[in-house]
Amino acid sequence: MSKLRLIFVKEQQASYISHLDVMRTFQRVFPRAGLSIKHSNGFHPHPILSIVLPLPVGQSSECEILDFESVEESTGEGVAEALNTGMPAGLRVLDCYAASRPVREMALLRARLEMEYDNGVSEDACERIRALFAQEEVFVEKRTKHKGMTELNIVPLIHSLTLTEETGVIVADAIVAAQDPGLNPALIGAAVARHLPEIAPDFVRVRRKEVYDREMNIFR
Amino acid sequence: MVSYAHFRLSYFYFDTRENTVDKKLERILPRVQKPARYVGGEFNAVMKDKSKVDTRVAFCFPDTYEIGMSNLGMRILYGVMNNMEGVWCERCFAPWGDMEQEMRQANIPLYALESFDPIRDFDIIAFSVGYEMAFPAMVNMLDLAGVPLHASERTALTPLVVAGGTAMYNCEPIADFIDLAFIGEGEEMDVELIELHRQARREGWSKHDFLVRAAQIRGIYVPSLYDVDYNDDGTVKSITAKEGAPKTVLKRIVENMDEAYYPTKTIVPSTEIVQDRVSLELFRGCIRGCRFCQAGYVYRPVRNRSEKLLRDYAIEAVEDSGYQDMTLSSLSTSDYPHLVELCDDLEDFCAQRHLTLALPSLRADNFSMALMERLQKGRKTGLTFAPEAGTQRLRDAINKNLTEEDLLASCRRAFAGGYSAVKLYFMLGLPTETDEDVLGIAKIADDVWQVWRDSTPNRSRGVRITVSTSWFVPKPHTAFQWEPQISIEEYERRVKLLRGAIRSKAIHYNWHPSPTSFMEAVISCGDRRLGRVIETAWRKGETLSAWEDYFQLERWMEAFEECGLDPHFYANRRRSEDEILPWSMISTGVSPAYFKREHALTFEGVTTPDCRTHCNACGANCLVGGTCNV
Repeated sequence: MSKLRLIFVKEQQASYISHLDVMRTFQRVFPRAGLSIKHSNGFHPHPILSIVLPLPVGQSSECEILDFESVEESTGEGVAEALNTGMPAGLRVLDCYAASRPVREMALLRARLEMEYDNGVSEDACERIRALFAQEEVFVEKRTKHKGMTELNIVPLIHSLTLTEETGVIVADAIVAAQDPGLNPALIGAAVARHLPEIAPDFVRVRRKEVYDREMNIFR
Repeated sequence: MVSYAHFRLSYFYFDTRENTVDKKLERILPRVQKPARYVGGEFNAVMKDKSKVDTRVAFCFPDTYEIGMSNLGMRILYGVMNNMEGVWCERCFAPWGDMEQEMRQANIPLYALESFDPIRDFDIIAFSVGYEMAFPAMVNMLDLAGVPLHASERTALTPLVVAGGTAMYNCEPIADFIDLAFIGEGEEMDVELIELHRQARREGWSKHDFLVRAAQIRGIYVPSLYDVDYNDDGTVKSITAKEGAPKTVLKRIVENMDEAYYPTKTIVPSTEIVQDRVSLELFRGCIRGCRFCQAGYVYRPVRNRSEKLLRDYAIEAVEDSGYQDMTLSSLSTSDYPHLVELCDDLEDFCAQRHLTLALPSLRADNFSMALMERLQKGRKTGLTFAPEAGTQRLRDAINKNLTEEDLLASCRRAFAGGYSAVKLYFMLGLPTETDEDVLGIAKIADDVWQVWRDSTPNRSRGVRITVSTSWFVPKPHTAFQWEPQISIEEYERRVKLLRGAIRSKAIHYNWHPSPTSFMEAVISCGDRRLGRVIETAWRKGETLSAWEDYFQLERWMEAFEECGLDPHFYANRRRSEDEILPWSMISTGVSPAYFKREHALTFEGVTTPDCRTHCNACGANCLVGGTCNV
């Protein structure tokens, strides 16, 4: 038995695969590649996998982390190559290695938001967004686990936010809390739409770029 | 109709940039339910280089992705067509209502999942239709694609609109929309048709010339080459084949199942579908001959796959897909002659791969408890049996050939072995059914309950007996094709009668107040005039009519009214055996005389033995050179 960790990319069509379906997909990718992984006990044994920070449907990521246990002793060498022969389009394993750091140390994540404006970015848009997030409180509506809605102040969850303007798009480089509680970076776009309706983006594209510990060291 | 003239989706497979899903699509996908079903990219989806392809086929299933991807026939033919040099067969499913609305608003025409190209630009649009209630979805898909609905409006050779699947045994209701239909199993004739279409394009034939030639391919029915005339009473007066088209189109089948293609490398969806597992096809056909069952007649004759070949296919399919569940599929799995041997052969492999085998379609008279025990490895959930009718008299009349003793003996073994749930399926409204037969259903359920009390090792655990009834739908190409469906009022009266007769709290009764079954009877036994009704109902909003969410009887009744037709003429009328049935130009190989004989035996209450016990000379052996592989 070895505790192993995968880091993988989820993009293009795979962005639309839900968290549960990604789990289901990996449960099949391992046997497809001929790798035996630890199964649960009981009448319906299933492969045990965990994906640490489920990615919201529609977002892409280059740093998804999945933990599992192999039946054979392994350092993880060769696993990425084997798995990549049987992946759906848009899912790609970058590396597999022994899981040494506990996942609870994952504290921050970096996301790139592309806020698209079909009729061009208005002149003061970047300034106004910066001013918005310079406040101490910015509330957005957030769905609760019990299907209700709640108001959430997202400012304390934003570690840093850098805006740059490109043609027809404002790019936000955001570092936000990853867990306990974490922030879905798409809510930054939702906050803009809610509080600055005149400059509500026509579409917000989100890509998870990196995960860090509390000291901003890359988490692996 | 919306114009899509300036629209084309990008081909993102050949593009490695970060975000390559078409931008219009990217904007609507976050707003729809389960977007993964609209983007393809699954493991084993077939991608081809367009520059090396001369024939593009859009293989369309007029239902959702989850239903369509669960269809084994679709997977087989996808493999067969993609194995052809120069042919790229892609998939296309009906969008759910939310996605349809978004696509229409954004002017996104129906596209194929592999290339994202609009299917209206394809050479062939091929539908697989297993259920008559999917006809409106088919019309809707043509409209979403931006293709003219009627075959007569499509004058060019492309896109050719074709359809196959069991619903084509009476395709008259959609005859106006399709250029041709495949009758029977598509493995061979699909290839022949594609080759002919390729030749027609290369040599510049007219569409009409192509269709006349296509009608010469065995198993292909070209509706426009048949004139249908009607009597004043609405029945068919004559069906006249034109321009050399065969008077009767005999279905095509694969004669030898060991030579038939089986898709061991098949698409593994990235989102959950209905049958999310390997489906191992043991055999085609059914030895039984239940008189109501269309599948039992149209898939004749029985053709088994060799046990060793099945074992190899199973292992190959599981290893390639990574699935951990497999279904042994057929019309009646416990009738496969080598079932125990096959399960024995797979046992070690299953254990090592954590693979679960499922055996649906078991008969209460011949399933092996020992086998079930072993497969289920101690987990005892429930068993399902389909006695279909409540008394021996009616079971004999429909030729179910199952006795109450067999059923109770199976239940006794199951309860003694620790099972505590049984599901029993019945039909209400079968020909000759009386109140005594209806009450017989309650009696069987009660007898099963008594058997449980006598045989369970542990009464304190309780038992759950579920009785479900559906509303009998007469189907073409069955012994009951001349029979009426009972009215909805009568159906509801019988439901009430049965409900009142079930007393035990351990017995749960399920029934559907489903007006869909009425419309299913109408369309199943419909003629060519129903094309206008289907189109009218579709314009009123009928799309995914197979789903209760989308079916509204009032819309259908209005459509009939506007078209001046009476739905009860189709569903609730007893047809004379001398009448020309609208589907009489189609033959399943079973002779008309055999259907009449079986129909007559119904009223005499006389059973017909299964084909393995005794050949009853139905005629289907003409499809396999005289000898069936029973």
